[in-house]
Amino acid sequence: MYCQICKKKEATIHLTEINDGIRSEVHLCEYCAQSEGVAIKGQLSINELLTNLLATQPSDEELFGKFEQVQACPNCGFTLEQFAKEPLLGCPQDYETFEKVLLPLIEKAHDGKTIHCGKIPTKTSPDVKLKIELTALQKKLEEAVKSENYELAAQLRDKINEIEKTPR
Amino acid sequence: MIKLTDISSDINEWFNGSGPLADIVISSRIRLARNLAGHKFLSRCSSAEKAIILKELKDILMSLELPDQVFYIGIDKATTLDRSLLVERHLISRHHAFGKGPRGAVIAKHESFTAMINEEDHLRIQVLKAGLQLSACYEQINHIDDMIEQKVAYAFSPRYGYLTACLTNLGTGIRVSVMLHLPALQMTGQIEKFLNAAKAMGLAVRGLFGEGSEAAGDFYQLSNQVTLGISEKDIIRQFENEIIPEIVEYENLARKHLLADNRELLDDKISRAMALLRNAHLMSSQEALFLLSHLRLGLNMRQQLGASTPAIDSLSELKKAAAQTDSESGLSIRTINRLFMLTQPAHLQLNYGQSLDPLKRDALRAKIIRQALTG
Repeated sequence: MYCQICKKKEATIHLTEINDGIRSEVHLCEYCAQSEGVAIKGQLSINELLTNLLATQPSDEELFGKFEQVQACPNCGFTLEQFAKEPLLGCPQDYETFEKVLLPLIEKAHDGKTIHCGKIPTKTSPDVKLKIELTALQKKLEEAVKSENYELAAQLRDKINEIEKTPR
Repeated sequence: MIKLTDISSDINEWFNGSGPLADIVISSRIRLARNLAGHKFLSRCSSAEKAIILKELKDILMSLELPDQVFYIGIDKATTLDRSLLVERHLISRHHAFGKGPRGAVIAKHESFTAMINEEDHLRIQVLKAGLQLSACYEQINHIDDMIEQKVAYAFSPRYGYLTACLTNLGTGIRVSVMLHLPALQMTGQIEKFLNAAKAMGLAVRGLFGEGSEAAGDFYQLSNQVTLGISEKDIIRQFENEIIPEIVEYENLARKHLLADNRELLDDKISRAMALLRNAHLMSSQEALFLLSHLRLGLNMRQQLGASTPAIDSLSELKKAAAQTDSESGLSIRTINRLFMLTQPAHLQLNYGQSLDPLKRDALRAKIIRQALTG
């Protein structure tokens, strides 16, 4: 389907408007949509994304009901007010200190994922390594069950049991 | 000691037109973001703390046993032109070049490895290779990361992985990028479809050259955005086995379609590009990118698809003329890539030996291209 305005480019924006019960459809290409002022942006910049997300967050009072005492990070002095201006954290501990606020943002930025999967520093202690491995396996198990892949789920369950039984 | 003028006169190894699927995949890049445990992130660091981090990481990086000799550049002390050169060569980011405070870069002689110290994170290392070689890039960068990790403690959490200043890099801290040349998708009006599909898959698309992030001259850079909850190997496998081969196939289909059904359009683009490049006396970098892109397409179609049209055949005529002046074997992809790289503003000025206003740059650019293509 071609764009209704330039009639040259493929229409990729499809708008349906309902005014007084009358339904109308408009099909536009990205360029014409933009010049018509239809609010689409190809890609939000990371800053925009985070600022928007932060703006839609509940107000400070709603958010901090539980930990009002945390105004600034005791380690680096980072505050959420600064974060709203420039979405960079102040120190590694902030991820823990402000976890409640950050977690939804992390989830949004990483396609719903919130647990690390991948490289672990070689110096990490064996206990911590095992813990990370278990968490990853449990997550895979959840996914396998969700997608009804029971054969894989059974294998994963056995593996988890085996690790948990191993005396340390 | 290596100087920047030593590297500014030629193309880097990752841009030499070799490697798997090189006619469409220019290069592969992997970067890792890391921070030191026990230090604040840079936005909360004093200048003194930044200087301590810089020294520690610089000393470690310079002492590593790497396949290539490395050199260090104090970015905060470098001239504007030198910084721009490094950006044009994709060795450091614009953010790093024109940021604030003590910061530096460690660069391997053949430019396949670079490290930025105190960019957005304490350390960002990258490996670049020609063509589609993501697995090889990862193998190398993972090894370098292991060596660095022997000497420092990285900020790492069992739950969130490697901790980064911006939460968009959290987890693996990996950014996998592939630079693509997609002129036929552009000519056949399908490029938007590709861009939309990439966005729908959660991938970021940027330009490869040029001032902003706008894609110029049909060059695109495709990268992952999700870094948490998916392993490095899975991200790379997706790119190498699924995403990139599919795009390459679409571009190839578009090239074949042009050849079979729209030769006039293809020949028109190539012939116009050649006429302008061989005759113009003022050429902006933007215009050069678009025109050279069409020559590159013509050459690749001859080499890869055995295409023969009046315009593509005339490129071989050009080859004879160019062979007299070009020390390499005539008009090759390498020659065109050289022109892409060396006619960028900072390259022009450094190789010319003085700063030039935009008009003088456009004149010099046009002259260099004319000479390379007409002999």
